[in-house]
Order: sequence, then structure tokens, then C-alpha cells
Amino acid sequence: MNLAGAAAQFTELMLAVLLAPLLTGWVNQCRAWLQNKSAPGLLQPYRVLAKLFQKEVVLAHNASPLFRAAPYLVFGCLALAAAIVPSLSTGLPLNAAADAIALVGLLALARFFIALAGMDVGTAFGTLGARREMMVGFLAEPALLMVLFTASLISHSSSLSTIVEALGHREFVIYPSMAFAGVAFTMVSLAENARIPVDNPATHLELTMIHEAMVLEYSGRHLAMVEWAASLKLFVYSCMGLALFFPFGIAQGGDWPGIVLALPVLLAKLAAGGAALALIEMVSAKMRIFRAPEFLGTAFLLAVLAMLVHVLLEG
Amino acid sequence: MAAEMLLLLASPLAGGAVLALVGQRGYAAEVNAGFAIVTFGAAARLVARVIADGPLSAFEEQFFVDSLNVFLVALTAFVAMTTSLFSRPYMRIERSHGRVTDAGMRLYHSMYQLFTFTMLLVLTTNNLGVMWVAMEAATLTTVLLVALYRTHASLEAAWKYFILCGVGIAQALFGTILVYFAAERILGAGIGSLLWTHLAAVKADLEPTVMSIAFVFLLVGYGTKVGLVPLHNWLPDAHAEGPTPISAVLSGLLLNVALYALIRFKVLTDGALERPFASGLLMGFGLLSVAVAAFFLSRQRDIKRMFAYSSIEHMGLITFAFGMGGPVASFAGLLHMTVHSLTKSAIFFAVGHAAQKNGTQLMDGIRGLVKVSPTIGWGLMLGTAAILGMPPFGVFASEFLILTTAIAQQPWAAPILLVSLGVSFAAIFSKVQAMVFGEPSAARLPHRPALVPVFTHLALVLLLGLYIPPYLADWYRLAARLIG
Amino acid sequence: MLQHYGPQLVNLLAAVLLLLAFAMLSQRRILSLINLFAAQGLVLFLATALVASITGQPHLYWSAGLTLLLKVLLLPWILHRLIRRLNVKWDVETLLNIPTTMLVGIVLVILAFNLAAPISQLAGTVTRSTLGIAMASVLLSFLMMITRSKAVPQVVGFLSMENGLFFAATAAVYGMPMVVELGVALDVLVASLILGVFLFQIRERFDSVDTRHLEKLKEH
Repeated sequence: MNLAGAAAQFTELMLAVLLAPLLTGWVNQCRAWLQNKSAPGLLQPYRVLAKLFQKEVVLAHNASPLFRAAPYLVFGCLALAAAIVPSLSTGLPLNAAADAIALVGLLALARFFIALAGMDVGTAFGTLGARREMMVGFLAEPALLMVLFTASLISHSSSLSTIVEALGHREFVIYPSMAFAGVAFTMVSLAENARIPVDNPATHLELTMIHEAMVLEYSGRHLAMVEWAASLKLFVYSCMGLALFFPFGIAQGGDWPGIVLALPVLLAKLAAGGAALALIEMVSAKMRIFRAPEFLGTAFLLAVLAMLVHVLLEG
Repeated sequence: MAAEMLLLLASPLAGGAVLALVGQRGYAAEVNAGFAIVTFGAAARLVARVIADGPLSAFEEQFFVDSLNVFLVALTAFVAMTTSLFSRPYMRIERSHGRVTDAGMRLYHSMYQLFTFTMLLVLTTNNLGVMWVAMEAATLTTVLLVALYRTHASLEAAWKYFILCGVGIAQALFGTILVYFAAERILGAGIGSLLWTHLAAVKADLEPTVMSIAFVFLLVGYGTKVGLVPLHNWLPDAHAEGPTPISAVLSGLLLNVALYALIRFKVLTDGALERPFASGLLMGFGLLSVAVAAFFLSRQRDIKRMFAYSSIEHMGLITFAFGMGGPVASFAGLLHMTVHSLTKSAIFFAVGHAAQKNGTQLMDGIRGLVKVSPTIGWGLMLGTAAILGMPPFGVFASEFLILTTAIAQQPWAAPILLVSLGVSFAAIFSKVQAMVFGEPSAARLPHRPALVPVFTHLALVLLLGLYIPPYLADWYRLAARLIG
Repeated sequence: MLQHYGPQLVNLLAAVLLLLAFAMLSQRRILSLINLFAAQGLVLFLATALVASITGQPHLYWSAGLTLLLKVLLLPWILHRLIRRLNVKWDVETLLNIPTTMLVGIVLVILAFNLAAPISQLAGTVTRSTLGIAMASVLLSFLMMITRSKAVPQVVGFLSMENGLFFAATAAVYGMPMVVELGVALDVLVASLILGVFLFQIRERFDSVDTRHLEKLKEH
């Protein structure tokens, strides 16, 4: 592990942590534009975080230490995930430590802690949200794994670095299986990030909430960490999607000139992705909760289909 | 040869066009019969040509008439003609009862001619793709005819017919594509690879795997149209609900034509594979059809449904015979195709008028036919005797040959056949006897029934039972050799 | 460049075809079903035109044009007119629930791939690996036909089955001779027209196009 590599890794991590709220703000901005409303401004999430950090934390009497620790744990898991996903460059130190399956495990860990925290205080809505989150997660995880397996079959390795190398740095080949996997991945990331059509991030009706219901009890800096973690999750999923399906522009092996070039490419791709997400959210209507398993089941089957198509068409 | 062929196909086509315009007029039935007679004349001339000159092809080998299809062409044209003669008074009576509208009559007459055209096209074409197209067209022309009376039952029957036959035919298209695929590897791309004569010449070189998969699809596809169990669901409904002339041609002609298509492909498959794959499948499905049809037959209460199941049984028997193979069984199969067609259509003619007289198709409602109308009563009785295989009718001869061959070559199948035939004999005979004799319940018909066609057919069947003309026997033998 | 990317694009279009077949299987609304059918026709047109330019077979251009005319423009228009005049409701009922249907669909896809494997190996065309996908879409259309209880989705299933067969012909043998293709196209067109007439008659008699009304004929 040389210094340049470590520095590159640190840059990637910091970039993720700092840019995540910006991505959320951009998505909100696009959505407002599409709906012909005036947006609250691109930096609004930062202002919200700053405000929350200054506020006092109000805890329930029966809140356990887990309740207080959970926001930090969740943030930590997601930050680690952000470090693993090759958003700027492949071949960084932490990339070798973990592969795609470990990534999915980290995301599952984050979900686990936030669900526990939702149930911790014992309110009805917290448990409701936790149950629904677990249901969505239980169906979304296999789909995500299948998508990653398809990519692994193509590149003969489950390390995200190698996948990006295989898909992005060799000559351009059209993989139909990745088309299926792309659709499945989009559906999974919509579900996991609590976006329409699975969950409305801007809703205030508790009975229709999934993610928001779990964090109803949080306030102050805990709420800030949770909100930050949520936007970090969106960032991680976006980078994962870009790494799998649009891997051009990512630098190789941690060389600095490559990384400097990769940064504007990444920003451009994220901007496009955010706009696309806003568009999807706008044209879809939120599904009723009991339809969510169907939606995710479809995603899972598409991912399985991607694997089958790969076996048939690509050797 | 080209002229006869052209006339044979152009006549029903022209008839369809003309009757689409004038089909509801009073003289439409005569026009219909007229075109059918012209078609038969062309067929007779074609047959005479083939007797004189042997197998013929026309229009750059797109059409081909050999010993296998020449008698079928003649049979089809003949039965179409006699049915059109029967249909004259029958449809007049239906019209006067108010069961068909003017537009319905137009549709009926023009589709009748077009149906004849599609069947003749299937029989005479050498191009396997065109054969498929014509087979599907045959289904399409008759779908609306089955639904002619617009009752609940007839609409359901037509819908089932359309969907099940459509799905089946789609499988047959895939089978045809696979056969073309196998042929293309040897004969190259282009229309020559779809001509049956070319394929028959190179059948030993066709890829076995592809041909076996293709045959399975073709069996499912064309087998649905033949009415092989378990793909037969549409048949009893479609044959029972349409107007009787349509039931007669569906039972008597279309089933034969579908089986003919299957046989053509069987010849190719047998050439490509060494093991008796196609034969085994045909025997299995044939036997299953005979047994299942006999069982269902005994539970029927509607007379046309009962005879529709009888058609399934007999087509199963013929398929079984072709599956067994060998000169005797194939000869018997071809003979049975001919006599079954004639007998079944004769029965439907008699049944049609019987149902009209009594106003119902349920067998419980028909009684004492021989007292009210001796010709209908005796026609039905003799027709039933013929179809049940009583000597000296032709059906006895072919059934006897098939059974003896079965006992010799496939002894395990003989008991099943005998039992099934016995069950259907008992069922049909008892029901028909009750209908023909007993206290009459019939009314007078507004027009005289047409019974010349019934007795003509039965006379032919009797003749074939006693004496088969030498050229016919030669064709059967040659065709049997072709089938293998 | 066309020689290199052409086959990959055809593979991609085949994958989209399969995706559309699954989408039709899971679709609840009749209007979207017909639009998906039109999209399937469009993909078919593009694939045929692409194969035509890769392999230099002029008759495939005619074939592609016929597909465009019939399956993208004419048939969807007929179907749209039909549902407007029949005034059918927008929701499609299924006999199995959608996740189970999709699962059965996956099994059928595996079956189709296995069935097509020996034939693909023997084929000499550049598109041979897509034969399995063609078979799979035929089987999926068949599944759609048997799990729907309304008449119009069954009709759409029947027509999309024919789409799958057309694609199989293109993939395995670069399309059948033109005579046959024209005949098949004519049959499909006539079948659709007859179905239109037929559905009106059913509607008149039964006041609905639910095919569960059409299961009453039994052996009484």
C-alpha cells in the first residue's frame, strides 16, 4: 500500500461523503423543475444538515444504547461501502479487501441496524417501518446479488475492481444480459433508496412510509447522521450502477492524472443519473405496499433472466 | 396437366368471389352446386390424366399429384359436390326456420367455396410452406361458419376451434421452419428446399435430431387438426354446432387433409431417422384417440357430438394403421380414409335432416324416424351400419385388415382396439336404433329433404367393400409403398 | 464495423424481445399490452433489417418492410380500434398471480434454451444463438394465452406467438422464402380481421368478452 494509493482512496471516500447531499439536492432540483415548481436550492441538504447538527437531541426514556449508536454505525457502514465501490478509480487499496458480495453484506448490515433502531423505542410506526424495510430488503437483496453475479460471470471475478476493468477498460462489447441486469438494478435501487414507485421520500403520511417511519424518533445530530447516511446510500447505489453499466472514464490503478480526469466524468454521469431518477419518479405513481413484493419479484426474475441470457448468448 | 390444375383451383376461388356478392339470393344454392360440379369435373379430368400418365407436377414443380393425393383430390371434390347438393334443401329449411340471416347465407356460400379451394390447395401443393398457409386458411374459412347460428354454444365452439387450432397450427409452422432448416443445409436456400419432391429425394441425408424435433412439433400441430387425443377438445364442439353441411365437410374432408399433411412429413422423417420414431408416435396417439373417443362416445346425448367422437375414433384408427406401417396396414389406412369420409358425410346428411324434423339434436328428442320419413330413417340406419364396420360395407374391409395386421405385428394393441371398437359399436347402435324405431316425434319439413347424396355415398361405400377398381387399388399400393 | 457490432446488436435486440415477452406476461392493462405488442413488432423489424444488412440478403429487407407494415402499424391499429369499439375495461384478470406466472415463465425459458441448443449448434447463420430466445418468446406467449381469461389478451398472445416464430425463422434460416412469408402474413391479417368480427358476435351474445363464459359446453 503506497502513499499515492492511500491518498487516492481517502480522496474517494471524502468525495463520497461530501458530495452525497449534493446529489440528493440535485435530484430534488430536477424533480422540482420537471414539476414546474421552484426548487429550494442545490445546497439545501447541507443547510438542513447544518441546522440539525446544532439542534438538541431529544431521546425517549426507554431508548437503548443501540438507539444512540445506530446512526453512527449506519453511516460507518455506508461510508465503507462508498470506499469499496470504484467511483473514481479501480485498484485502490480497499478494493482488494472486499468484493461485490461483501458490498451487499455491508448494505445489509446498515439496513439491519436502522431497522433495529426503528423498533428500539417500541412505537407502532417504528416497527411498521422496520417490518416493511425488512420485507423490501429481503426481496431486493437476492435481485442485487443476481445482478452482481451476472457481472461477475462476464468478468470471471466478483471483485468490483475486476468487473469494472472487464467492462470498461477492454474493448467495447454489447452485452444483452447487462441490459436485463440494468433494468433489474434500476428497480432494486429504486426500492432500496426509498424512491417512488416503492416509497415516497417526501411523504408525511405515516401509514404509507417505509424508510421515514423508521427514523421518526430521531432528532438533532442523530437525525442529521441518518439523513446523511440515506443520501450516502443513494450515492453508493448510483456509483455502483455507473461502475457496472457505464464504466467508461474510471481511472485505472490509482494513478493521479487518471483520477483528476475521472472526477468531472463522474460528476457528469451522476448529474445525468440524478436527472433520470427524477424523471422516473415523476412519471411513476407510488405503488401500494402489497404490490412491492411483485415489483421486486419482477426485478429478481429479470436478474435471473440476465444470467440465463448470458449463458445462452455469450458463451 | 397445368390446365386441369388451374381449373381445379380457380373454380372454387371464383365461386367464392361470385357468391360473396350473390350468396343470399334464391339461386345462390344452385350457383354453389354449379361451381362444385365444375370443380369435380376438373378433378375427374386430373384423375384421368394421372391414370394415363402417372405422377405429375405443374407450374415449376409447385404442384404435385401422385398416388397418395390423387384419390384424395377426387374424394374431396366429390364430397364437396354432393354436400353442396345436400346443402340446397337443408339451408333452405334452415333459412325458413329463421336460424340464418341474409348476410349469414352470403358468408356461408362464399366460405364454402373458399374452404374447398384451401383444401384442394393443401392436397395438390408441393411446397410445404404453402401447405401450412392453406391449412391455416382452411381453419379461418370455417371459423365463422361454425358460429353461423350465433347461439351461445356455437360461439363457444367456434372460439375453441379458432384458438386451439390456431395455437396448434403455430407449432406446425415451427416444425415447418425446422424442416426447411434441415433441408437448407443440403439443398441450399431458396424455394427449392421447401418442395416435398426435392426433400423426398434427399431424405436420408436430412439431419436426424432436427427432423425428430420437427416431427414432434408437426405432430402436435397438424395432429390438433386431425383431432388426435389429447389435442381434440375443439372437435366435438365445432363439428356439432355448425350447420350440418359444414359438419359433414369438416368430419369427412378436413380431417383427411390434415392427416395427409402429417403423412407427407412422416415419409421425410422416416427417411431421416433409422429408428421407428415417427411410427411409434403415430401408433401411440392413434391408439389413445381410439380408446378415449370410444369412452366419451358412450356418454353423449347430442347426436352430432356422438358422431364427431366417432370421427376422432376412426381418425385414430387410421393414424394407428399408418403408424404400424407395412404394405397391408398402409393400404388399409388409405382405404379407410376414403370410406370413412364417404360414410361419415352420409351419416351427417341423414342426421341433419333428422334433427331438422325433430327440432333438436339431442338423441332423446328424436324418435321413430323410419315411420315418419323412411328415407331418412333407413339412410341413418344403413349409414350407422356402415360406420360400425358391418360387412359388406367398405369400412368392414379396412377395419378387418387393420385389426389382423395389429394382431400380427403389434399384439399388445389389438385388445385395446377390439374393446374400443366394441364399446363404440354398442353405444352407437343402441342409440341409433332407439332413434330410428319407436314412437315418432317428428314434424313435417317445409321442403323435401335431399337424400340422393346419402344413398350415393352409401352405395359407393358398399361398392368399395365388394370391389375396388384396379387403378384405385394400384394407387393404394403405390402410396402404401411410399408411406413405408 | 457493422460486421463486428452487427451480431452483438442482433443479440441485444433478441434480449429486448425476450424482455418484452416478459413485460407482456406481467402487464395488467390491455392498452399497454397492445403497445408492447407494437414495440415487439418494431424490435423484430430492426432485427430483420440488421440481419439483412449484415448478411446481404435483399429479400430480408422486403420481409422487414412487411413486418413493419403489418405488425407495427396495421395490427395494433386494428386492435386499438377493436378495444375502443368493444369498450373493454382496462384491467386484465389473470388465472395465476403475476409472480407465479413469471416463475413459470423462467422455467419455460430454461426449457426453450435447452431445446434450441442442439439446433443452434447445427445452424450456419450468424444469429443462431438467438434461436433459443425465439423459442422462449413463443412459449411465453403461449403461457400468456392460457393464463388470461379475457379474449383480447388471448388474441395478443396468439399474435405475439407468431412474432416469435417469425424471429425463429429469421434466426435459424434467414427467413423463409417470400411466398411463404407473404402467405403467413396474409393468414395473420385475415385471422385478426376474423377475430374482430368474432369478438363482436361474442360481445353481442354474452355482453362481455370474458372467455370464462365460453367454457359451458360439456358432455351433457
